[in-house]
Amino acid sequence: MTWGTRRRKFVSSLFVGSCAASVLLALVPLAFVLFFVVSQGVQSLNVAFFTHMPAPPGESGGGMANAIAGSLILVGIGALFAVPVGIFSGIYMSEYAGTRFAALVRFAADTLNGVPSIVIGVFVYGIAVLPFKQFSAIAGGLALGIMMIPIIARTTEELLLLVPGTMREGALALGATHARAVFTVVVPSALPGIITGLVLALARIAGETAPLLFTSLNNRFFSTTLTKPMASLTVQVYTYAQSPYQDWHRQAWAGALVLVFIVLTCSLLARFATRKLETLSSN
Amino acid sequence: MKRPENLAFRLGTGLFGLVLVLLVAAIGVELFRQSTLSIQKFGFSFWRTEVWDPVAGEFGAFPFIWGTLYSSILALLIAAPISLGIAVFISELTPNRLKPVLVFLTELLAAIPSIVYGLWGIFVLVPAVRALETSLPQSLRASPFFSGPPIGLGMLAAALILAVMVIPFTSSVAREVLKAVPVTQREGAYALGATRFEAISAALYYARTGIVGAIMLGFGRALGETMAVTMVIGNSARASWSLLAPQHTMAAVLANEFSEADTTLYLNALIEIGLVLFVMTLVINSLSRLLIWSMARPMQAAAPAVVPAAESAA
Repeated sequence: MTWGTRRRKFVSSLFVGSCAASVLLALVPLAFVLFFVVSQGVQSLNVAFFTHMPAPPGESGGGMANAIAGSLILVGIGALFAVPVGIFSGIYMSEYAGTRFAALVRFAADTLNGVPSIVIGVFVYGIAVLPFKQFSAIAGGLALGIMMIPIIARTTEELLLLVPGTMREGALALGATHARAVFTVVVPSALPGIITGLVLALARIAGETAPLLFTSLNNRFFSTTLTKPMASLTVQVYTYAQSPYQDWHRQAWAGALVLVFIVLTCSLLARFATRKLETLSSN
Repeated sequence: MKRPENLAFRLGTGLFGLVLVLLVAAIGVELFRQSTLSIQKFGFSFWRTEVWDPVAGEFGAFPFIWGTLYSSILALLIAAPISLGIAVFISELTPNRLKPVLVFLTELLAAIPSIVYGLWGIFVLVPAVRALETSLPQSLRASPFFSGPPIGLGMLAAALILAVMVIPFTSSVAREVLKAVPVTQREGAYALGATRFEAISAALYYARTGIVGAIMLGFGRALGETMAVTMVIGNSARASWSLLAPQHTMAAVLANEFSEADTTLYLNALIEIGLVLFVMTLVINSLSRLLIWSMARPMQAAAPAVVPAAESAA
């Protein structure tokens, strides 16, 4: 082997080695974050965390019952806004894929997806808090909904495009209207995937903090009034993390563990669901 | 054959698409409308003024713009090479069976909520960064990049946490882009006796537009990242080159001060910062999508679709 070849081989293996090293470099923080969230969170996670109200500062015990209920309500409101807009605009993008307006909708969806969550919070503050001079759960839900729309729209579009054109054509050839073909043939065959996408979108959005900071604000008490401020798991974790109390820090870790658990299980479920879908479609 | 039902279907679904388009437009209009007071009062000096003193009613956005750009660029300096390495490793060097596992793990990095990164940042990363900073040799501490007391909270911690959060986005787009490079490219290089490094760098060169797009997409993400950065950057509105100094970002000042804004001018100034952030991310994201699209589209059309099912899911 000449010296040149040896040098080239050496450079090549150095390159392969550094690529492998970068994978490790990314997995180290992942492992660290998961390790601390689990080890710190498990210590303070108990039944009271889910069933009790927050304890006054300095007192130990208590839980985040109000924040957990609040998060569920806020995400629910968001889904109420986002699911119809997301699904139907997704259908439009896939059914009229070549049109100029579909391209515009796609551009809008991608743009909205890139808008920082805090900016969405500012926008919703302007349209839903300022006019009524009142922080409210509805405003918080609206902000979460706006963040969900592009995710749902793009997932729906991508999954509908995977449905073989022959199925749509078959329905149309039997005399179905376009709407009938879409709603009875195309959408049902992509439905498992769309639902998976929905679950994933909900899980992601449940972890959002920034858009809630000045829309739904926070609430020390249990509240289901949609026109009043409402607590959420994420904002509560933020508040507790910034506090000087040890006990609140422990609660914050427990909250983080719950959040990570939700996201992790949803991602894993989605992973298995999509794999099943692929084996179905490839057969 | 045109049927009225079909027109109704098209208009009906199109209406929801229109909602999406109008929403984006409304964000821009509303942010502009709500910040008129600040725009009229400060004009273009808003961008350059270094003083942010709500009590005195003086508002300059420079420290925040500086902090946002500085932290994002630092984060990308760390994240870009790592992301590229990951993309290359997963798309070119990993056996097919291991691929989905690595893809899942890197995607998990993106799935962890920002607030969890922030919590981890406060209690784990910041103390570690503080320890690192105090152990810096005195000769380094003299340079402007490492001046100031080593308190842990500051630019370095923010850049590190941002880098971790940006990696999954940049690496997954870079992976998509590499997938769009025809296999014949690499095969040709190998046939000529190229080593792995030479063949892959040919593919990377071929994909350069898309790679730049992937990095810019990560930049767009970093600009708008809020919670984790807010919790570790120290929130001090003073622009500085020092990595040790507590600084501030546009997103962080919104998160911190928005609900405390007691005068209309204060609120307007904050919303104008939101407007600037909105426009910046809009431009960066559009540009990056254009680059990625120009790279991936023509090739997808040209290359035969023989991608295995498992890979197309990833």
